[in-house]
Formats: sequence, structure tokens, C-alpha cells
Amino acid sequence: MSSVYQVLPGPEHFLPPAAASMGVCLPDSGQAHIHGKIVNEEEAMEVAARQFLAARVPTIFPGPLVLWAWNEKAAKKATAIRHLYETIKECVTPSQEAMLIPMPDYRPKYPKINPEIEINPNHPNLTIWHNKIDTCMFVGVHCHQANLSLKIIRGGTCCYTIAMCAQAGHEDAMLSFRDATADKIMRLADCVKRLKGSVKPPED
Amino acid sequence: MSKERIKIAPEMHDIMPVEYQDLVERATYGSETRGWKDIGTSKELIEEHSLCAGCPESMAFRYILASLPAPEDTVMVGSTGCTSLVFPHVGVHNIHSLFGNQNAIASGLKRALTVRFPGRVKDVVVLAGDGATVDIGLDMTLQAWFRQEKFTTICFDNELYANTGGQESGLMQKGFVAKMAPVGKTFEKVRLPEIARESGCHYVVNCTVSKPNLVEKVIKNSIHVAREIGPTYLQLYTPCILEIGKNSMEGLQEMRDSEKPAERFSYKEYVSDQAKELLTELAAKEKERKAAAKRQLAGQA
Repeated sequence: MSSVYQVLPGPEHFLPPAAASMGVCLPDSGQAHIHGKIVNEEEAMEVAARQFLAARVPTIFPGPLVLWAWNEKAAKKATAIRHLYETIKECVTPSQEAMLIPMPDYRPKYPKINPEIEINPNHPNLTIWHNKIDTCMFVGVHCHQANLSLKIIRGGTCCYTIAMCAQAGHEDAMLSFRDATADKIMRLADCVKRLKGSVKPPED
Repeated sequence: MSKERIKIAPEMHDIMPVEYQDLVERATYGSETRGWKDIGTSKELIEEHSLCAGCPESMAFRYILASLPAPEDTVMVGSTGCTSLVFPHVGVHNIHSLFGNQNAIASGLKRALTVRFPGRVKDVVVLAGDGATVDIGLDMTLQAWFRQEKFTTICFDNELYANTGGQESGLMQKGFVAKMAPVGKTFEKVRLPEIARESGCHYVVNCTVSKPNLVEKVIKNSIHVAREIGPTYLQLYTPCILEIGKNSMEGLQEMRDSEKPAERFSYKEYVSDQAKELLTELAAKEKERKAAAKRQLAGQA
């Protein structure tokens, strides 16, 4: 089934529809989706890498599933994520600023979060606006909270969202991988490295 | 959750906000001797709370969280009210239940945890206000006690519905006039501690939270009795200073005044014979542990 609805950077409006309700389907194994269109995973790798390299503030948002070393797999993924972040940092120009900002938990923190050092799924826009983030990747965030955040981000910001999902993927991201493993994250890092210099950095 | 899981991935350590680093490095998860005296010297399991300045409930929360015997293996069940504003800031697993359903949820949870983690002690602690415990949730509260469910029920008794502007509750004292109860309460405060005893609770205490060491003692006792024997109930006076017309600094005095002999929150305790036996045994073990620690210290010197 193909959908005419495209999951594009916003701001869409205050309450954007859940992409699934607009007919966007999740990819099968070995696939990914870009703006709601199912593509080969390799193609998505390249698009994601280019997106990072072209962004002014490419950012990774690791969630609790990788921030806490609750099993060996999680610890491996954390290592891979750090490697991806270091690779992006190394591959972008001095005018771009790569960031790694944690989403330590999902509590609706009051009176407020500190947007310089963390992101909260209940008001992710604060961190995105504050740091002027234009491309972000969610990884290690539980599905329900990721869907909630991705929708809020699409509703209120122009940030490009990528989901590196360990399960079946996210319709509400502009680009979504599925079955994320440490190896897959490393492959994305390799892709960023390979494309270094081939993508035009953002103009000042 | 085991304590070993409370570890930050080394590659992510430097980006974690300091409160999470503190929770791992300076909190008292897994400590046998944890208690209210840790407050101020170790990381508390409550972050900034959103209660009113000087609210006695915030004191109660801090003492209770400091006194849980095994917070890493505890799940707290809350309900609608001021307490539900605090739970998001707490470093202990917790569930927010539908208003009044807390003891029903806790019953299922306790049973499920027993099946899922055989051989491991998992504590369930209900913490709700007087509206949830005595009015809206009385059915669920009593049925859990009748069934001898093995968990602790704590009622933060502020004697009215504070969160919604001061309506009359079953635990309000007779004659009290509240903002949204202008006629005044026409019947007596429900005697829930007595009902708890008659309903099968093995450890029941009615007191205020003015004395942290007392709160620690009753929390530990009630949880240990619930683990081994059956339901326990604590009714703690946490006055709503706003709704009774007091200032921020007057909460403590209000509690002290209300716990004088013959007042409605003078210390009252009921312990069943079975629970007495258990607590005596635990006290003996604790004494032995302290003596051993003392001997070890003397040996080191």
C-alpha cells in the first residue's frame, strides 16, 4: 500500500496526524522508509549520512535503552553511537556543530529541563529550538515515547528526524531504520565517513 | 530491577545530566543501613518536587523514600492527588493508577511480581491521599486487606481534597469548614485505622510525619511485615497548609499540635501477634548487625 501523505520536516501544525493513520507503513526487514516511502536499507543509509553532513547542527538523541548498560547489547550500542557521533564531528566543517544530547528518562520534569544538556520526550522542541538542531537521530528510545516526540517535533519544528529503531521502525520519523544493532550503527558511521566532502555544507 | 542494572554506559557517562550520575554514584540503592539520616549526605531518590513551599507531604515523601528497605526492588503505586505531582520526580519504579484503584492495581502487581521473580523479594507500596484511600477507593482498599494481599498501604491524610480546592473528605474532622465545604462536616472522621485492624491488617499506625526517625521505623516495620505476613496500613497526617489557612513555615507545628495525647493524630499502633514475633526477630538481627559492625570498627582501629 502506498500513501500520498509524506512525512516531511515541519512545522506541520500543532497536532500533526500520526503518520500511520495517513497510510504510512513500516518497512520489512532489510528495508527502511524515507518520508513514508519504503526503500532499501542501503539507500536510507546514504540519505541519512548525507542529511547529517548537510546539517548545521546534526544531533544524536540516545535514549534510556542505550544510555544505561543494562545488558551487553546495550553497552555495545552505546559504543557504536559514540563512534557515530565522533565520526560526524570529524566529518563536518567547523561551521557545523555535531551534538550528542541524552534523553535519560521520560518523566515530565518540572519546573523545566535544561535544553543545553538533555531532551525530554514530552517537550522535545525546547531542546531543538534552543540548540537550533536541524537534523536529529533517535536511538534507544522506547517506541511509544519516540512516536510521541517525533510527532511533536514534526508539528512544531523544521528539524529532520531519523529513527534508528531496534524494533519495526517509526512511521512518524522522516527516515526510519528498523532492527537496529551496533553493527548497523557502525555501518552508518562508515557511510558518513565515505561521503565526507561530497556533501555541500550549509551556507552561513 | 537489580542494582547491577543501574549503571550508565561508559561511553555515555560524560553526557548524562549530573542528577543521573549522582543517582548511580551517591544514592543508597542496595544499602542495608539506609534511612532518613542519609538525607543531606547522599543522593535522595526524589528530585525537585512540585509541591507548595513548606508542604508537609514533601517532608513525608523524603523520609519515606529514604526509609524504603530496598528501593531498587520496590514498586510504588500512586493515585490522583498532590502525590501524583511528585511521582514523576522519584527514582523508584512507580505506577499512577486510576483514582481509587491503587489497591486493586497493587494486588495484581504484587502477585505478578511474585510469579515473575520467584525467590526474589519485591516490595509493593501504595501511597495515596485520603480521597483515594477512604472515599473513592475504599472498596479496593478494604478488599485488598480482606484478601490478605502482601503490600503496604500508606495514606497521606490531609483531611480534605486539597488538590481541587478543599472539598470535604471522609477523613475530615467533624465540624471543619473548608473552602468548598462551607456548611462544615456533619459526621465524624472515618476511623480507618480501626477498620484496617478489623479488616485483617497486621501492622497499623496512625501518626504525623513530624519525627523522621519515627517515620523511618514505621515504614520499615510495615514493609517487612507486608513482605512476610500480610497487609499493613499507615495513616500519616500531612496537613495541607494552604487549605487550613496556615503559612509555609507552620506545617511542622500543625503536626506537633495534632499529635499531642488525646488529639486525633496521637501515635496509635496495632501489631498482630504474628507481626510482633517477626519484628522482635528483626530487631534482634539488627542489634546483632550493629554489634558486628562495631566489633569490626574496633578491630580496624
